[in-house]
Amino acid sequence: MATVNATSSSAGRLLGSLRLPIGIVAFLGISLTVLGIDQFVNALTLGAIYALVALGYTMVYGIIELINFAHGDVFMVGSFVAMFISSSLLGNEGAITNIPLLAGSVLVLFALTIGVMAIVGALIERLAYRPLRRAPRLAPLITAIGVSFILQNVIQFFFGPTIVTVPQLVPIEWSIEVSGSRVPLLNIFVIAASVALMFALQLFISRTRTGRAMRTTSMDRDASSLMGVDINRTIMITFLIGSGLAGAAGVVHGLYYGNTSFNLGFQSGLKAFTAAVLGGIGNTAGAALGGFLIAFIEVGASAFGYGRWGGAVVFSLLVIFLVFRPTGLLGSHSGDRA
Amino acid sequence: MSRIVDAVNAPFAPVRAYFRKHRSFGIFVGVVLLSVALPLLTRVPPFDGIQSTNAWVNAFTTAAIYAMLAMGLNVVIGFAGLLDLGYAAFFALGGYTYALAASPFSGIHLPFWPMLLAGGIVGAIFGVLLGAPTLRLRGDYLAIVTLGFGEIVPITLMNADKFTDGVNGIGGIDKPSIPGILQFTLINPWPMYGLVVVLFTLIMIMIYRLEDSRLGRTWDAIREDELAAESSGVNTVIAKLQAFAVGASIAGIVGVVNAAKITIVTPDQFRFAVSISALAAVVLGGMGNTIGVATGAFIIYLFQSILLKQLNTLVENFNIPILNQVDFLEFQYVLYGIVLVLMMLKRPQGIFPARRRMREFAPLKIGKGGLK
Repeated sequence: MATVNATSSSAGRLLGSLRLPIGIVAFLGISLTVLGIDQFVNALTLGAIYALVALGYTMVYGIIELINFAHGDVFMVGSFVAMFISSSLLGNEGAITNIPLLAGSVLVLFALTIGVMAIVGALIERLAYRPLRRAPRLAPLITAIGVSFILQNVIQFFFGPTIVTVPQLVPIEWSIEVSGSRVPLLNIFVIAASVALMFALQLFISRTRTGRAMRTTSMDRDASSLMGVDINRTIMITFLIGSGLAGAAGVVHGLYYGNTSFNLGFQSGLKAFTAAVLGGIGNTAGAALGGFLIAFIEVGASAFGYGRWGGAVVFSLLVIFLVFRPTGLLGSHSGDRA
Repeated sequence: MSRIVDAVNAPFAPVRAYFRKHRSFGIFVGVVLLSVALPLLTRVPPFDGIQSTNAWVNAFTTAAIYAMLAMGLNVVIGFAGLLDLGYAAFFALGGYTYALAASPFSGIHLPFWPMLLAGGIVGAIFGVLLGAPTLRLRGDYLAIVTLGFGEIVPITLMNADKFTDGVNGIGGIDKPSIPGILQFTLINPWPMYGLVVVLFTLIMIMIYRLEDSRLGRTWDAIREDELAAESSGVNTVIAKLQAFAVGASIAGIVGVVNAAKITIVTPDQFRFAVSISALAAVVLGGMGNTIGVATGAFIIYLFQSILLKQLNTLVENFNIPILNQVDFLEFQYVLYGIVLVLMMLKRPQGIFPARRRMREFAPLKIGKGGLK
């Protein structure tokens, strides 16, 4: 899960480490001028959602080399759990203008959804993937596809095949003015919350004992096991965190779009997976980067009137990257085996 | 017990020995017998009460189309060990090939029979086009790339409305005919049934012969251990491409037949769920076992389109609350999911395992390998 830095001389290293931030700043600058502030903020918000989902893909792939096909549907289930908690448990119907109440509701919503989805994710791992840990590679992948179909149908059974509205707690009217256009506070909140979660994850992986266990397990499972790492526990925690983040993405999706549907997971899941591949699968920073990139591509496509082709462009990108640069933009620890 | 079985089997021993020697003829006899027996069976209770014989024959035709699709996918997954999640794309390409060649939309009306071949060729070409750059990838990456391709094709068909009429699809596709002898119609399901039976027999014979050919053994070697196969002088890329091309051309041919049968193609008919339904049939029947896979497809199809429909009418008749509003037909997708998960967890070799695969799916003790 660490970025591989191949440059050796100190000047080269400095340049190498600056290459990425410079690239990002340049990219953001260009997108801002091309897209205009409204679309730019749109893309950032969508990117935050993709990035949160992509993190789950990349973490699970990093640790057990499984393309967790059901992850997109975990995100979808998260959006429904958030909807259910928000409208049924908390009794929300629409925007809340009372600031302390709003803050409290949103906080409870995030905490509960993340908790529920973390448990769901860990359960899926325990029931569907762990028994197959020593099986041929494709067996858990096929199981994951099955889990994905089951999740979709369970949700369809309970909530129906139509689009379901989700209460948008943050009032849409609240906005700030940036150089002549109004930027909704909602977007700023969504982006900030997602980025905060990503930083928390990065800190967790790099600083804590469990984070270290996750990194060693992803490098060499058997060796980590010999060093006293509880592999099953570590893998389960990876699923807990990945699914929790997908749950958070579900909350964000609901707050931002105000709706969800049972088939949300497939397309956005595939896009988030593309994001993970784009960034370098197994690389958490890469997944976040990839998420934003994909969103910019999609928003850019629709801004220029090719919105219908957005999906095709993203999937073509996925195919191209897998074929020509399977290690992604930032490189991945397992890319050499692709 | 086994003595009784032996005693019953004894008179059939020469028959069996004969068909073991002449397998293609055996398949022909078997399919013909089955294709006569199935319609007869629908005249007997309880099957005659479910729907008319014509409706049954129609259902069998669709089931056979689905089974051919599964057999084609089995060449890619079961023989060569490559997980193809975008198989429906080739099915779609075959269907659209015929739709464009024989419908009022394009204004061209080519005869059906050569198009059958054309569908196969179009499928094979796209199979090679997709396979050539991607087959170097490791198994799970290949799965995702094929899935991406499987999504791109319907999106393209949907958006290129100038050539495909977008979401509406292409309707009014010509029915096949044998000039002067037989005109296929929507009302009479029998000619299509006959056509599908013939095609089914040919495809099954071809696949069995392929399995035992040099190419089939090459696929075995690649599936079991690609590195070892490569070091033994097998050109793995070519062999994998051939698997892709064979699978894709079968899907293309079947796509043409399917388009001619239902006389309309729309992008929505070829979504991801179609690829997964074929995968479910392969997994249920047992990867690598052609007859098993065809049987798996029949089981799944009859289950979802007959049993679930029956469940709907049953619940309606008894007026059971809550369940009344549930459309059980929607549960076909959960059926695929359950089949995939349960089979992988409990019986990964399928209900009718291919003999070689039994050992392969036994838990690996040392290292990785096998199905990649």
